[in-house]
Amino acid sequence: MAWARNVLRVNLTKGTCKNEPLNMEWAHKYLGQRGLATKYLVEETDPKVDPLSPNNKMIMATGPLTGTCASTAGRYSVVTKGALTGAIACSNSGGFFGNEMKNAGYDMIIFEGKAKSPVYLYIENEKAELLDAGAFWGKSVWDTEEGIKAKHQDPLIRVASIGVAGEKGVKYAAVVNDMDRAAGRSGVGTVMGSKNLKAVAIRGTLGVPVRDFKRFMKVTADAKKVLADNAVTGQGLPKFGTQVLMNVINEVGALPTRNHRDIQFEGAKNISAEAMAEPRKGDGKPNLVTNAACFGCTIGCGRVSTVERSHYTVVDRPQYQVASGGLEYEAAWALGAATGVDDLNALTFANFICNEQGFDPISFGATVGAAMELFETGVITTKETGGIELKFGSAKALTDLAELTGKGEGFGAEIGLGSKRLCEKYGKPELSMSVKGQEFPAYDSRGIQGMGLTYATSNRGACHLRSYTVSSEILGVPVKTDPHVTEGKAELVKAFQDATSVVDSSGLCVFTTFGWTLEDIAPQIDAACEGGWTVEKLLEVGERVWNLERKYNLAAGFSKKDDTLPARILKDAAKTGPAKGMVNGLKDMLPKYYEVRGWTSEGVPTNQTLERLGV
Amino acid sequence: MQKSLHIDPGKCTGCLQCELACSFENENVFNPAKSRIKVFRFHDIGRMVPYTCTQCDEAWCMKACPVEAITTDAATGAKVVSDALCVGCKVCTIACPFGTVNYNASTGKVMKCDLCGGDPECAKACPTQAITYVDANWTGLDRMRDWAAKTDSGARASA
Repeated sequence: MAWARNVLRVNLTKGTCKNEPLNMEWAHKYLGQRGLATKYLVEETDPKVDPLSPNNKMIMATGPLTGTCASTAGRYSVVTKGALTGAIACSNSGGFFGNEMKNAGYDMIIFEGKAKSPVYLYIENEKAELLDAGAFWGKSVWDTEEGIKAKHQDPLIRVASIGVAGEKGVKYAAVVNDMDRAAGRSGVGTVMGSKNLKAVAIRGTLGVPVRDFKRFMKVTADAKKVLADNAVTGQGLPKFGTQVLMNVINEVGALPTRNHRDIQFEGAKNISAEAMAEPRKGDGKPNLVTNAACFGCTIGCGRVSTVERSHYTVVDRPQYQVASGGLEYEAAWALGAATGVDDLNALTFANFICNEQGFDPISFGATVGAAMELFETGVITTKETGGIELKFGSAKALTDLAELTGKGEGFGAEIGLGSKRLCEKYGKPELSMSVKGQEFPAYDSRGIQGMGLTYATSNRGACHLRSYTVSSEILGVPVKTDPHVTEGKAELVKAFQDATSVVDSSGLCVFTTFGWTLEDIAPQIDAACEGGWTVEKLLEVGERVWNLERKYNLAAGFSKKDDTLPARILKDAAKTGPAKGMVNGLKDMLPKYYEVRGWTSEGVPTNQTLERLGV
Repeated sequence: MQKSLHIDPGKCTGCLQCELACSFENENVFNPAKSRIKVFRFHDIGRMVPYTCTQCDEAWCMKACPVEAITTDAATGAKVVSDALCVGCKVCTIACPFGTVNYNASTGKVMKCDLCGGDPECAKACPTQAITYVDANWTGLDRMRDWAAKTDSGARASA
């Protein structure tokens, strides 16, 4: 129950699709989605594999709760070796695709090999076939999704696809489903493109049963009430979306600005949630049209936005004069503060392009920020940029590069390398604001110390979604800690990492944890699945998943030296705000973190730890 | 008092909790494909619109049925399909001008909203009150109240 107990194995080289039973022993140890797909990847691939080789595999995986009526239970993850990082990659997406996969009777789809020519996978209730994608190759996510529905004469099909960015090898290409929901980070879309796999189209009508219906309805209803009564999930997120954070994080002095040279952005208010709700001068309409929910979500943080029709980016371009996925906080930060651009229309347009062509707005915006620094310091000139005046604050440079990167053309092809490769290419590796090759998200760890440890130890490279200590250090959830101290952060980061690994393995959205703890989540999993799922058992799963990912990365060639931060964060003090004068105190946190993890001083899980967890 | 489902698309976030609740009530599994209420997402204008049977008084489906499998529930006014009598001819699906009666290939019968016997699960499951179950004679009450407030010149003058 709850698990479909069925895996689809697609061999793209041979062109075969086979069903096989889910390994239930592993399901009881790794739950589902992130954890279980990682277990399959670890067992089936060489950690040293080139991410873009046919020998790398890509797994799309739902959690046991995916497709049930638990709030937010529509998630799926794409697990593979990341093209951007060379580390374990696990990118999580909402929308409606995950539910459709589960309703088609699959917990997981494993893609192996590489197709000779472009194909897409079409699934209808436990039956799958590979079809020629020649007509869709070279098309955007938006056109592919519409095209597949039209071809099959079925508007109810759900599609996850790559855009041109994924075809052209942009290192942080995303897998995008339902037009504007994305498995966004680490280049999972790049891996999909390398396999000549354009899209996965699913129609599922089988239904998702749970173990104990009566109890499930009760505990999910109770848990929904917790979310509705919580100030963040009940009011803040539905009204303002994640963008509720823009002004808050700017005020606490942790908004990385202009490639992390500053940590407060003078234009923050112009790109904030409040600005999105304000009627525009030109057309009198606000940027924000409405909020929108993913499958089963009773929070509804998603943004639906428009670009003003007179804005230079959309004039005479009707395809962009529509409502579409609007700015989330991360995208608004990366496209805005990281580049010094405060033109809300330009940011919204660039975000549309990220969805349309399928690439991660965080890595894209951060890489543009790095390129702007290269330009302003004279390392590159208009000769390299193809004539683009790549100055901090230039909306035109940002939107031009969004379009070029989406198509892998001109200087966009270099922006598509990501900041690490780009800055190395021009001899300035220190200007890449990244960890393990992945760009930072929207929190400067000089102002929020725990996030430095979060970034340095994240198994998929710099990421806020592996242990969102902002929740504790700034918002006071579940307990308030001081963002300026390093003491206690090792334990805090470990606790967040383990709990988040559970949520990511369940089918639920991590945003529920503003209101829920594992005390709220355990009964929902337990009512849905056999196995006696207690908080203790889930925490063990979380720790197990984390150690498995770590083990994979060590085997892939990462080591203690990669658990670090750029010199700018460790040596250049914050210039303004409450954290003025501070750097990140990683060296005070990392040894303690290894210790609480049960790892050696070199960051290697001890045999005792691995045995305790059964890894 | 007869009640009817009242839908306010402006409040809908498109979460599909109504479809989950409907399918669970009728099929004992979570399966939006088997829901009697559907939420339509008009992506390019950012509107989410739930839609289901309005329970017509002079119901086309009921009149079209050759085996009298569709009858009126006297308590709720719902037009209810008897699975025992339905022969799956689908004539009702053609007759319904609104498309809210649909064939279910896995049972060989048609399915439509029956108001859950007077306690509709979709309305209870809706987290934003986009779907409510209200006095059938006053489905316009909220809108009237809004306009009453807007046209009350006295309140505006004193504001």
